[in-house]
Amino acid sequence: MTAPAHTPVQAKSITATDLDLYYGSFLAVKGVNITIEPNKVTALIGSSGCGKSTFLRSLNRMHELVPGAYADGEVLLDDVDIYAADADPVQVRRQIGMVFQAPNPFPTMSIYDNVAAGLKLNSRKIKKSDLDAIVERALRGANLWDEVKDRLGKPGMGLSGGQQQRLCIARATAVEPDVLLMDEPASALDPISTLAIEDLITELKKEYTIVIVTHNMQQASRASDNTAFFNIEGTGKPGRLVEVDTTEKIFSNPTHKETEDYVSGRFG
Amino acid sequence: MSTEPTQREDVTDTDPNADVPGLGSLASNAHAHAEDAHTVAAPARVRPPVQVAGKVLPGWAPWGIVAATAVVMAGLVAAIGWNWALWVVGTVVVGGAAQYVVSRAVEGKRRATDRGFTYAIVAAFALALAPLISLLYTVVSRGAARFDGEFFTWSMRGVIGEGGGAVHAIYGTLIITGCATLISVPIGILAAIYLQEYGQGRLKRALTFFVDVMTGIPSIVAGLFAFSLFSIFFGPGIRLGIMGSVALSVLMIPIVVRSTEEMLRIVPNSLREASYALGVSKWRTIVKVVLPTALGGIVTGVVLAVARIIGETAPLLITVGVVSSVNVNPFDGRMQNLAVFAFNSYKSPGVPPEPSIDRAWTAALVLILIVMVLNITARFIYRRFGTEIR
Amino acid sequence: MSSTNVDDLQSVVRGGPARGGAGDRVFRGLATGAGVVILATLAGVALFLIVRAWPAITASAEDLPGGENLLAYIWPLTFGTIIAATIAIVIAVPLSVAVALFISHIAPRRIAQPMSYLIDLLAAIPSVIYGLWGIAVLGPASVGLLRWLEDNLGWLPFFEGPASATGRTMLVVAAVLAVMILPIITAVTRSVFEQTPRRLQEGALALGATRWEMIRLTVLPFGKSAIISASMLGLGRALGETMAVAIVLSVSGAITFDLIGSGNPSTIAANIALDFPESSGLAVNALIASGLVLFAVTLVVNMAARTVINRQMRI
Ligand SMILES: Nc1ncnc2c1ncn2[C@@H]1O[C@H](COP(=O)(O)OP(=O)(O)OP(=O)(O)O)[C@@H](O)[C@H]1O
Ligand SMILES: [Mg+2]
Repeated sequence: MTAPAHTPVQAKSITATDLDLYYGSFLAVKGVNITIEPNKVTALIGSSGCGKSTFLRSLNRMHELVPGAYADGEVLLDDVDIYAADADPVQVRRQIGMVFQAPNPFPTMSIYDNVAAGLKLNSRKIKKSDLDAIVERALRGANLWDEVKDRLGKPGMGLSGGQQQRLCIARATAVEPDVLLMDEPASALDPISTLAIEDLITELKKEYTIVIVTHNMQQASRASDNTAFFNIEGTGKPGRLVEVDTTEKIFSNPTHKETEDYVSGRFG
Repeated sequence: MSTEPTQREDVTDTDPNADVPGLGSLASNAHAHAEDAHTVAAPARVRPPVQVAGKVLPGWAPWGIVAATAVVMAGLVAAIGWNWALWVVGTVVVGGAAQYVVSRAVEGKRRATDRGFTYAIVAAFALALAPLISLLYTVVSRGAARFDGEFFTWSMRGVIGEGGGAVHAIYGTLIITGCATLISVPIGILAAIYLQEYGQGRLKRALTFFVDVMTGIPSIVAGLFAFSLFSIFFGPGIRLGIMGSVALSVLMIPIVVRSTEEMLRIVPNSLREASYALGVSKWRTIVKVVLPTALGGIVTGVVLAVARIIGETAPLLITVGVVSSVNVNPFDGRMQNLAVFAFNSYKSPGVPPEPSIDRAWTAALVLILIVMVLNITARFIYRRFGTEIR
Repeated sequence: MSSTNVDDLQSVVRGGPARGGAGDRVFRGLATGAGVVILATLAGVALFLIVRAWPAITASAEDLPGGENLLAYIWPLTFGTIIAATIAIVIAVPLSVAVALFISHIAPRRIAQPMSYLIDLLAAIPSVIYGLWGIAVLGPASVGLLRWLEDNLGWLPFFEGPASATGRTMLVVAAVLAVMILPIITAVTRSVFEQTPRRLQEGALALGATRWEMIRLTVLPFGKSAIISASMLGLGRALGETMAVAIVLSVSGAITFDLIGSGNPSTIAANIALDFPESSGLAVNALIASGLVLFAVTLVVNMAARTVINRQMRI
């Protein structure tokens, strides 16, 4: 049997309140208040160094992996505080997955094992037949199944860059997270692969809440429902969230002048 | 132009034009040939015609000069009584001098100096390789005599004079080295994991420093340590295979830590992050993602470390002792070891000495073969499995 | 494919917590423990040597080997150790720097890598084999040279003679040691030479410098402190090298600067290797005391070398 690739699932929302993000004593992002809607694609845009990646990584507690880095404030997944004292970052990351800028399949693993990695690495006892179904479903969901179904045992590194990135998306979705964070997922890819990833993102939002960082304005306007604009006053100053609204509004009629300057290509 | 200490700072200088202060004089020197007019301070600046063809010796000249010297020297040396060493040394020295003189006459002083130093460096390299070649030749030619079946099947039990073998020493070597590896690899890899994945602050800095320092501990001191340790509990007459393994571990652990750390360092951080982002805990990430990715390199490092310690003699001489029959229990009594066997066979050969000395050379040959095989294996493993990381 | 309804898989995937807590703590403890074991071992080396050397340190002079005090026993050995290692360094450093330059800047790229394997091979050969080679080949081969040195440079205390007829002299030992430490000095200096910034080297070449001038003006100044620290590492190795000395050197125990005669002071390490198997009682403690001195000396040399290297890295 084959599964329908995407059955709609109610995903979860994220709400950040007064979130400050530090690298040691350096305040990188200050006072973010935002609600990320479920089953929508939210794009984060802004000039380089304004803290988009930092903010994104704080949403699944990857931020604190940098020595000395910490977050101050509240981040709710639906209504659960992921920064609560008894919250386990490992648990948080199981529910909020991430896709990185450069494709990074595990080099020692086959395509199959890469997709199954999230389950296998946690040593969960799963029947082989279930695992097969999960892998197929994830690969179909990433529009990769037809390209790799005959070579699931081959190394993941043997795929093209675009395929590798879709493999990484399959890997992230195989553990069924509620939210998918993507940091410039297509910036290392050619235009065709980029379009494939954008189409995929549009399909994935049926099941997941998606947050994507991008420098590509067309990509933001094509693929996202909402857009958040970050900016920074100058080097050494913290980045901040200027405004967040529907993508249509941000690109046609933003509230703030600096947003308009940025989306129309006039910086500063 | 001397090498003033200030030159170091230029390395961090960002202005590319300020890079090489000492070169000013050199530059004018270089132009001086073609630009004599420059010194006359002519009012209208006229550049000299383009000239790229210099007076340069042809490519075969260095070889030709040395070959010619070799022929001349052969004549000279033959005249005073043939001597290979004298001929080689004479050719190298006189050939170099001749090259300098010719080059200086044709190409000028700076090029002649360049050729002179290049020649000296190549000659030094050849000189450094000469012992290797001589040593390998000696060991192979002298070790061949007893490289036979008996050597690998007999011990020295009850053997006087001819015959006998080193099977007891081969077993001993494998067992002692094997135990040392069993002790060193877990400790070494775990310590490397600590340094690379967990460590911070004082302990990390101290460990990094002292692991480096430990690589320089003389092997005999490691032997004394193992002896002191065991003799405190078992009395001064104690000799055990495992004592040798402990001594070798002191030498092997720092090597394993260093190489493993190096390999863990080049595992890209993005793989760790990818694993964390899947909700995998840190220790599982290390065990199931980081270590497998670095495995080829780690195994290579371990094999090279084994190759380094398998030929150790001094620490085993004082911890394991010598024995002439097979003993495969490292926890009971003396054991034999190939390197110690070679040493003892050479040092106290008995009468007549030849059979024992032959055995010493064969033991040396076997040791060299083992070390070579280990080195080649290590390179092979690295080629085959070490390239997962890029 | 099984007939599992894929939407039920959600529960399969999500079921059960994956807390890393306990496993993480255990694993972290193991790794840290291994690090502590290593530091404890190093401390243990010092501690156990002191414990076992103590009887000799406190013993009265007549009970000790030689019938004099411990210092009189250890000093000639220390002298021999330092002489052998110093000469070895004098021979090895210029050679190593030349070899390193050959591999990093002179040899064509294609053969540089195989050549560096060959040099590494020098490090892989067990020291006992260097000893055998030294006594069987290099010693006899250098008799003529030793005699020539005595005849022509005999006015120098180093070549006073009479020249040994077997070649088992300090000079030959030092030459063997030099070959043995050459690979490590080469490896350290070479890696730094190769890091000389390109823009410095190209800057020099662009100004019309010859290759040697470029090396002298950029590579050597850049690698200067690496040469120093590598020499110290080599010195540490040479001080502790045992078997080559034990096999090759003909020993009388005399304190002499003569490098070509047959009566030489032994070295600490060689003396331990040769005497230990036959010693008992206080003699063993005295040997361990000498080992303690060797340990202290090499520790200081190595720590100094590492400090220099580390400082260099930080720049
Ligand atoms: N690991 C780190 N340690 C210290 N500071 C960091 C670290 N990573 C980022 N920063 C700082 O935090 C600020 C925000 O960086 P961040 O990477 O989040 O920007 P970004 O918006 O993602 O930029 P880009 O568009 O170039 O990816 C910058 O000033 C950066 O220098
Ligand atoms: Mg970024």
